[in-house]
Parts: sequence; structure tokens; C-alpha cells
Amino acid sequence: MSASPSPLLPTPTHPVLPEQGGFVVELEQFSGPLDLLLHLIREDELDITDLPIAQIADQFLAVISDLGLNQAADYLEMAARLLRIKAQLLLPRRLGDDEWEDPRSELVRRLLEYQQIRELVDWLQRAATRRSEQLARGYTPPAPELPPAPLEIELNDLLAAAERVIALIPEPMLHRVVPRPLDVEGATARIQALLAAREEFGWSDLVGARPSVAEVLSAFISLLELAKRGVLRLAQPDPFAPMVIRRESAREAV
Amino acid sequence: MSPLAKLFEAALFAATRPLTLEELATLDPEVGEAETRAALAELREAWGEGSEDHGVELVDIAGGWQFLTRREYAEPIERAQFALRPRHLSPAALETLAIIAYRQPVGRLEVDEIRGVDSQAVLDRLVERGLIEIISRGEGLGRPLLYGTTPQFLEILGLKGLDQLPRLDELSVALRPPAPAQPE
Repeated sequence: MSASPSPLLPTPTHPVLPEQGGFVVELEQFSGPLDLLLHLIREDELDITDLPIAQIADQFLAVISDLGLNQAADYLEMAARLLRIKAQLLLPRRLGDDEWEDPRSELVRRLLEYQQIRELVDWLQRAATRRSEQLARGYTPPAPELPPAPLEIELNDLLAAAERVIALIPEPMLHRVVPRPLDVEGATARIQALLAAREEFGWSDLVGARPSVAEVLSAFISLLELAKRGVLRLAQPDPFAPMVIRRESAREAV
Repeated sequence: MSPLAKLFEAALFAATRPLTLEELATLDPEVGEAETRAALAELREAWGEGSEDHGVELVDIAGGWQFLTRREYAEPIERAQFALRPRHLSPAALETLAIIAYRQPVGRLEVDEIRGVDSQAVLDRLVERGLIEIISRGEGLGRPLLYGTTPQFLEILGLKGLDQLPRLDELSVALRPPAPAQPE
């Protein structure tokens, strides 16, 4: 088949290549890397089944070179594919090698397939246009997008608006004091009071039957601290048994 | 016109989508298929495409029947803003629809592969517009969702059925049998 220019695509009216610089906008009229590739092939009237890969790869790269990476992933993938095919074509091969497979064949197959889809798109477009010449009942049109109203504003209104916006800007927060629910000092006082009264007491004596998380944490930190200081000794007779807190009499005596 | 034909006429006038012959038949459980067909034939005689007597016509579309305005009146109606033509579909949406129409049931990966770009967003929009739907799940990894076209797809194209789409070998691009997937 020939790759003569066909009326398949809404062919871009501006040539893409000479206009370096404006490609981000230009590229939006292509629905993907295959579309761009087909456009380049048609532009140069190349034979799609015998693609000059080196030439097409260079053109493709030139077109996408100005694109930001984030929006061009699909295009970059195609660029990489083209370069790989170009490299594969450069590899030497033995004469009369029946096993050799043209590295371009997969790409050519995809291009032809895509070209067929584009032709179907044109057909669907025409069908939809023809159908839209007949109106059905009960069609509720989507709300048209209203153009933004022209800006008409008094200077005083503008200043008032600016003041309102400025008032909304929060003061810069340099330091935030987080209230600390833990009360280690209180827990320490309770423990010392209990130790003064008794040689030994249990965990539940300290925190009560239904302690809050903060109370448990406060008591525990305090116990550990006092144990480190040698004020008391912690013991747990059995696994999961309630903790027993005992006065460290020897040290206390010192 | 027979009472049954008038009943059908009223239903078709009231409906906002094409009604199939089977749907029309449910209007009166007493009548048989022959009467249903006869009543529809009566309506087509009075309102059929090409009949010059009315501003609307009864159109065979999406497997059913629907009253549509005749072509020559779209422009003045639109100019007066009594109704609007539906929005045009983007090229990306049409590409995706074309692939699904011919390959259904088909999953996202195959659509991506043919288009050369990620198509999830387009697929989601088409599902939202009711032009495609998930019709099954594929075998294989992750049991991918498979999409197919809806009656609404036929409706916006003015087609009676999918068999009115062009045959692939009628396109100017030569039909090539789908080559087996080649190892990358």
C-alpha cells in the first residue's frame, strides 16, 4: 500500500516541524504518539511498510524534545522504541538468514492498525454529525459554559476586597505550644504518697480501675523514672500479672 | 388509525429514548405479536422516514423506534435555542469507541495498546456518558474489566445496529489479520 496523503485525519493545518517552540500546543491536536507518527509519515510521503526509521526517529525526537517530561510519557516510550528499532537495524546480519525478522514489523503492524482506527473515527464522526441533524424529545442540553463576566469594579470596592483577602491571611505561626495531657509530676506525687504509707502496692492502687491512656502513660513514665532513681522496685510475679511496686528500702535508707 | 397504533404513538411521543418492538408490546398485554407489528406498520405509514406530511418522523434507530425532527428543521430550531445538538465527541473518545465497537468485549490494556496512550480517563468518561459499559471480566491476571457498547452508542450515531458499522475490509486501509502478539 502507499502512504500517500489521505484525508483520514483532521490533518493539522500548520506544519509541525518548522515551528520549533510551539509544540506543546501543537501536540495537543494529536491524540497520541501513533497519531504524531502517522502525521510525520504522511507529511514526508513515506512508505509505511518500508519506514526509514532513522529519519522518522530523528523527526519524532525533534518534535517531542520541547515537551515537559510529565505529559510526554507515552511519547517518550515511543521515542525509545524508535531508537531501539534503529539500533537493531544497524546490527550486522548474515546473508540469507531466514530467521531474521524485520525489527520494524511490530511498529508497522501497530501503525496500520491505528490508521484503520483513525479511518473508523472519521466514519463515526460523520455518522454522529448526521444524527445530530435530527433532534429527539427530552434532550436536556448541558449547561453552556458561560464566559466570565467582564470585570467592572470601583476602586473602593477593589481596595475593600483586597483588605478582606489580606485579613484572611493568617499570622505566620512561629511556634505552637502543644498542651501536654501527661501529668508525670502528679503521678510521681501519688506514688510517693503511696510509698510513704505502704511498703508495697499494686498497679491498680496507683491508677484506679479505669485509667485513661494519659493516666496510664503518666504513671508508667513516673514509675520508670523513680525506679531508675532507686526510689522503688518494679516486679511482675507472673506473665500478665498485675505489676507490684515495692519501696526500695535499702537505698531509701542511704 | 387503530387504537393500538395511537397508544404506541403516545408512548413513542412520551419516551425520551428509542422503544423496541418488545417494549411497545408490553403496553397492552392483551395483544399478540401480529397485532403489534400491524400497529407499528400503521405508524410507520403515517410517520415513516420520507413521509412529507409532518415535521417529525419515526426513525428506526438503536434497535428501536423514536420520533426525531426532520433534518431540515434542526438549524432553525437550534437558532431559536429551543433545543441544542448534542456535544461533539473528542477524537480520543471516538478512537476509544471505535476500538470497543469492533473488539468488544475488550479490556483497557488492548485499547491502550492500539491507541498508544493510557485510556483509563477516556473509558471512565464514556461509561459516565452511557456510551459504553462493563459487560464482563476477562480471564487472566486481575480479571480485567471488559467493555462493550450500549444502545446509546448506536443512538448518538443514528445506527440501527452494530452491523451498520463499516466492515473493516471496506476501509481504504487494507485489513490485516491481527498478527500474533510479538515478544517485545
